[in-house]
Amino acid sequence: MNNAARLDLQRESSSEQRRWVSVTACSIGEMDRQWTAWMVAAQAGDKSAYESLLRDCIPFVRGVARAQGVRPASVDDVVQETLLTIHRARQTYDPSRSFTAWLRTIAQRRAIDGLRQADRTGTREIYEPLAYENHADARDDPEEIAFGMDRAALLGAAIGRLPAMQRDAIEQIALRGYSLAEAAVATGRTAGSLRVNWHRAIKTLRSQFGRKD
Amino acid sequence: MIVSDSNDRLIQALAADLVPMRRLAPPRLRALVWLAIVAAIAIALTMTCDIASMLRRFVAAPDLCIAAAGSMLTAVLAALAAFQLSLPDRKPFWALLPAPALVLWISASGIGCLRSWAVADIYPIPVGGTDHCLLFILALSTPLSVFLVLMLRRGCSLRPTLTSVLGGLACASAAASLLNFIHSHDASAPDMLVHAFAVGAVVLGNGLFGGLILRSKRVNIAVTT
Repeated sequence: MNNAARLDLQRESSSEQRRWVSVTACSIGEMDRQWTAWMVAAQAGDKSAYESLLRDCIPFVRGVARAQGVRPASVDDVVQETLLTIHRARQTYDPSRSFTAWLRTIAQRRAIDGLRQADRTGTREIYEPLAYENHADARDDPEEIAFGMDRAALLGAAIGRLPAMQRDAIEQIALRGYSLAEAAVATGRTAGSLRVNWHRAIKTLRSQFGRKD
Repeated sequence: MIVSDSNDRLIQALAADLVPMRRLAPPRLRALVWLAIVAAIAIALTMTCDIASMLRRFVAAPDLCIAAAGSMLTAVLAALAAFQLSLPDRKPFWALLPAPALVLWISASGIGCLRSWAVADIYPIPVGGTDHCLLFILALSTPLSVFLVLMLRRGCSLRPTLTSVLGGLACASAAASLLNFIHSHDASAPDMLVHAFAVGAVVLGNGLFGGLILRSKRVNIAVTT
């Protein structure tokens, strides 16, 4: 390549770079103006402008978090902390200053807080997937499950053996969760009758299951 | 634009919580409001204290005058720095603003101590005689700190402890400046130690409690799941 051709190429490359820089600066300026307008409207109580602003600035906040070295899994935490801080600090924004700079400072600070939090967690907790997988969950104990099933079956059988009016009271109040008034409407009986049958049913069940209280 | 579900729910909750808000006044204006309270106390003290005696002390010992100017300037600059730092987009370098005035105050007070020690006919003030200095600084700094923290809480500091430490410095130095109205004797080493202890206690107290209060500002929103 001769010198003239190299110079042409350099000139073309630098003009392309200038054009890209000018386009980026223009779009950032446009974006900043738009965000400022939305923020001013939000300060006046415009909810839709506020919603648009918060949605629109999420990619920017993500970029700032990633640039600070936040792990991809934690980026959304930084985004949410930043959104909460924007909400708490919205009265401090001065429209004569750049919104982007205001937002960047908040996002950077929240990203640093996130990194510190991750460091603190790292000193207290260890990543041990095998230990996690091998840890026995008490809820999955087969003996406990079988015992629970037996208990439910026994309780169901005991309720089935109750007199019809007592069984109705238990079904409406304990199983369906109705109040006395609702159960009275559902069964066509008075609330007083239901209450008496409810107490009798509870007493019978307690005596069958050996509870004294 | 892709917004995750959790972010979307949070945005909806924040938008639902939005109410029109009055924009915060510029930090220098808010600092002026707080300094006006200090000035009002100073005016009240000029009406009750012996101003002529204070002026005679200043003329006789110019370092006292320089120390008083240093403490006043520290109060003004520390208050301004605290209000600047109560805004989220301000750099932490604002914390250095009162440093030159603080150096002036400490060095002028130190020179006063040295003079008292070097000149033979000035006898040292006993430690018991400095009790009222301690009480005055603590008693005056407490209400000033309460006012200042309440005003700072309207902002949203991302560095609450640093902000409240500067607030504490502003309150302690303002109280130390106002102490000159009733400070009947010259500076001495025990006197300076008591002043330093009082200022340190106010700064520490503000750093601990003010930081907690500024940090406790939370957003109460209900995010639907």
